[in-house]
Amino acid sequence: MTDAVDVDAADAEHFEAVVVGAGPGGAAAAAVLANNGVETLVLERGVEAGSKNVSGGLIYAERSAPYTIDDLFPDFREEASERPVTRNYMDNIAGDRVHTVDLKDVHEHDTLWCDSVLRRPMDSWLADRVHELTAETGGGVLTGVRVNGLLREDGEIVGVTCDELDPIRADVVVAADGVNSELARAAGLMDWEEPNEWFQGVKAVVDVEPDVIADRFDVAEDEGVARLFGGDLFDGVRGGGFLYTNRDSLSIGTVFHLDSLAAERAEPHELLDNLLTHPHLGQWLPDEYSEREYSAKLVPDSKKVAHGSPFRDRLLLVGDAAGQMQAQGPIIKGMNHAVTAGGLAAEAYIEARSRNAPYSAGDLYADKLRDEGVMDKLRPTRYELSRRVSESDAVSGALDGLVRSSVGRLGLRAAGGLTGRVFNSPFALGMLPDTHTSYVTVPTVLAEELGEPATAENDATPPTLEERIGELTYDTDVGNPHIELVDESYEASGTAVTACPVSARDFGGGCYREETVRTDGSEERVVSLDTQPCVECGTCAIVADTEWTHPRGGKGVEFDQG
Amino acid sequence: MHTVVLTKGVPDFREGMVSFDEDGHLERGNTPTTMNPNDEHALRAALQTRVRHGGQVDVMSMGPPGYKDVLREAMESVYADDLYLISDKQFAAADTWATAITLATAIQHLGEPSLVFAGFKTADGETGHTGPQTCWGLDMPIITHVIALDVDPEAKRVRAKRLVEGDVSEIETVEAPLPAFIVADPEFEPSYRTARHRLERKRLRAEARERAGSFEDQLTMWDHEELNLDPDYVGLDGSPTIVSSVDPIPKAPSEREATVVDPEDADAMAGLVDELAPYAGGD
Ligand SMILES: Cc1cc2nc3c(=O)[nH]c(=O)nc-3n(C[C@H](O)[C@H](O)[C@H](O)COP(=O)(O)OP(=O)(O)OC[C@H]3O[C@@H](n4cnc5c(N)ncnc54)[C@H](O)[C@@H]3O)c2cc1C
Ligand code: SF4
Repeated sequence: MTDAVDVDAADAEHFEAVVVGAGPGGAAAAAVLANNGVETLVLERGVEAGSKNVSGGLIYAERSAPYTIDDLFPDFREEASERPVTRNYMDNIAGDRVHTVDLKDVHEHDTLWCDSVLRRPMDSWLADRVHELTAETGGGVLTGVRVNGLLREDGEIVGVTCDELDPIRADVVVAADGVNSELARAAGLMDWEEPNEWFQGVKAVVDVEPDVIADRFDVAEDEGVARLFGGDLFDGVRGGGFLYTNRDSLSIGTVFHLDSLAAERAEPHELLDNLLTHPHLGQWLPDEYSEREYSAKLVPDSKKVAHGSPFRDRLLLVGDAAGQMQAQGPIIKGMNHAVTAGGLAAEAYIEARSRNAPYSAGDLYADKLRDEGVMDKLRPTRYELSRRVSESDAVSGALDGLVRSSVGRLGLRAAGGLTGRVFNSPFALGMLPDTHTSYVTVPTVLAEELGEPATAENDATPPTLEERIGELTYDTDVGNPHIELVDESYEASGTAVTACPVSARDFGGGCYREETVRTDGSEERVVSLDTQPCVECGTCAIVADTEWTHPRGGKGVEFDQG
Repeated sequence: MHTVVLTKGVPDFREGMVSFDEDGHLERGNTPTTMNPNDEHALRAALQTRVRHGGQVDVMSMGPPGYKDVLREAMESVYADDLYLISDKQFAAADTWATAITLATAIQHLGEPSLVFAGFKTADGETGHTGPQTCWGLDMPIITHVIALDVDPEAKRVRAKRLVEGDVSEIETVEAPLPAFIVADPEFEPSYRTARHRLERKRLRAEARERAGSFEDQLTMWDHEELNLDPDYVGLDGSPTIVSSVDPIPKAPSEREATVVDPEDADAMAGLVDELAPYAGGD
């Protein structure tokens, strides 16, 4: 990886602001910078903005947030989103029994509106608006350009280096480059070490005619439904599933704690299939199951990684790059926080500049994250406090046993409504410990004790992994793999064979494969890597011993939906 | 900086597009016209100059009115400003010489462009003469087989990397004063290593897309009278080249026999060598 290049930075091209990444965080930052007349260049590695991005995805506009996406881009809801989400439920599942909790309170808590989105159309729409705004300042949006490192002068960050362009200097660099931010890593602000700091999301976009959606979900054109799923259908892996209605498709996916996925040696695509083929989903799936796209991406857990001072020199991190992705129990809020952070980072630079101290933007930005209450949403103090007790192994084991015991069951039955309220309470969700009990045991026992059997039939046959990969579009950078396996021993990198969403045990077509090599009579288990089918989710950057980078601009996988 | 790119329509030789009659002659009427693939490189070279130094790019072609679409295609790929179609029955059946005279005259009608770009060979004629002959008509220095280009508008000079004898292994750098005539090689690689150049390219692309919607507003058609050309010196009458006959390319036999030979089997391999020997001379 090209971490830092000490070139003759003085000769380099200069822009006042460089924003890396055209997701919601980058778009928001660039819009606020441009609206204030800052010459802004946005660099995006995808062939088009959104072509690399995946989310569930529900975008929330929070009442308390200083920025919402439609503040910055007024026609956003009419032109770039799918449906307003007007109802939200949690389905607790045990076998074929289901107990449903209405999440109305938590869904509507602090919510101005919430829309389902698909990232390719959303981000490319945003990027067009951003280009119009930034072009006015002498900058603009460039796609197909991958930033590969930081430009330094006497050790200090003064700009960026790219695969496709000569080095660029800037007075401020906003790294909105997402979950596997190479810039955050190069600046030493984030590492990619601990699986328990991440989730892995996997998703299928399923074709459904709008009138079938209207019929199956009982919604009008301007209404939509979100359903979240927990319980025993995910082979004990900590996490859950989701289903969101789009205009003419459904987004159905799963989000699991990466440490749990790794420990269970679970196959992400199989867990997704467990959801897709569960009888409970039969009532919503179309008669002919047809999948438009399979995708995956890591998700940071802000409770553990949101950086309190996400800056170094002129480099400011926003969104996933700074770990600002809030999992409020089953409700996932990343895009809205990326927008807020982007806005605040831009604001901080503009203020710093007006004080004639442009390089103090980082400090100001960190202050704003705190003062606007963003940090407290991302890392709630009550979680920090309760976690110390509830996530210790002894306590969580005891708790899990208690819930499963007849006493616990009795309690849950009696407290049926009350337990529902835990999932439906933003305050309680902020405390919910990240343990098996919260994610698996409680939903399972709830469904066992209070659930009704699912009555629908589900004969959906999701595509095989091979078919899913075959449907994706790739522009492989032949001979220039973006991931290198550093340690090919099974101990170091074997987890990737299962955790990689496009690899699987006994599947020859994926990225990671397990092999046995015989040397001098002894046998060794090793793994090999072929990056051709990689969907750039980032998982193996954490669970395997790799040199992990994004592919060069425009190369690699291209999502149509996201 | 004012540049002109010469382009030409050719039959679309892609599989499934091209149509031949029973004798193997090309049926032009049934084969759609497309831009000569090699002109793409000239257009790319002109675009790079435009992006770096600004100014105007015009695209010119000589051919029937159907070539308008070729010019439109060129407008979209080079983001051209003005389009010129030199079209007249009198120009029909011109050889490269007559074509060159006509094009040179038309270019002179535009004033004195700093650079004229042409592609290397056309896909239908394969002579590679039109460019150099036009250049002779214009009395400009010519640089052929250009793979990289650097213009210094202040010093009025152009520096180019070119393949010597069209050979990829031998590259030389040459300089010429402007105005100059550039023949771009298929190996030509435009380079946009700064963000500002890429932003400019993007701006030009957006503008050209809008213009392309009503590209005929940008199109000027010239006939021999407007160019003040004597009909005796253009078209078939002005063409010294005479095509005596055209040999159809023999069709490949539709059935072939394959004999499997085991490479481990020495006798069988020796037999194979004997069998192939008569063809080794290239017959
Ligand atoms: C399965 C799943 C479900 C999710 N569900 C939800 C949800 O329902 N609601 C919600 O709010 N959030 C959800 N999220 C999280 C959400 O997607 C992220 O939090 C959000 O996208 C973060 O925005 P961002 O702008 O920080 O980064 P991103 O959206 O990831 O954008 C980063 C951009 O930077 C570009 N980039 C990266 N590296 C480089 C480089 N070196 N050079 C140039 N460009 C680069 C990328 O191509 C990309 O366009 C979900 C995520 C997943 C995976
Ligand atoms: S190879 Fe790594 S980054 Fe690519 S899909 Fe597999 S786990 Fe994700």
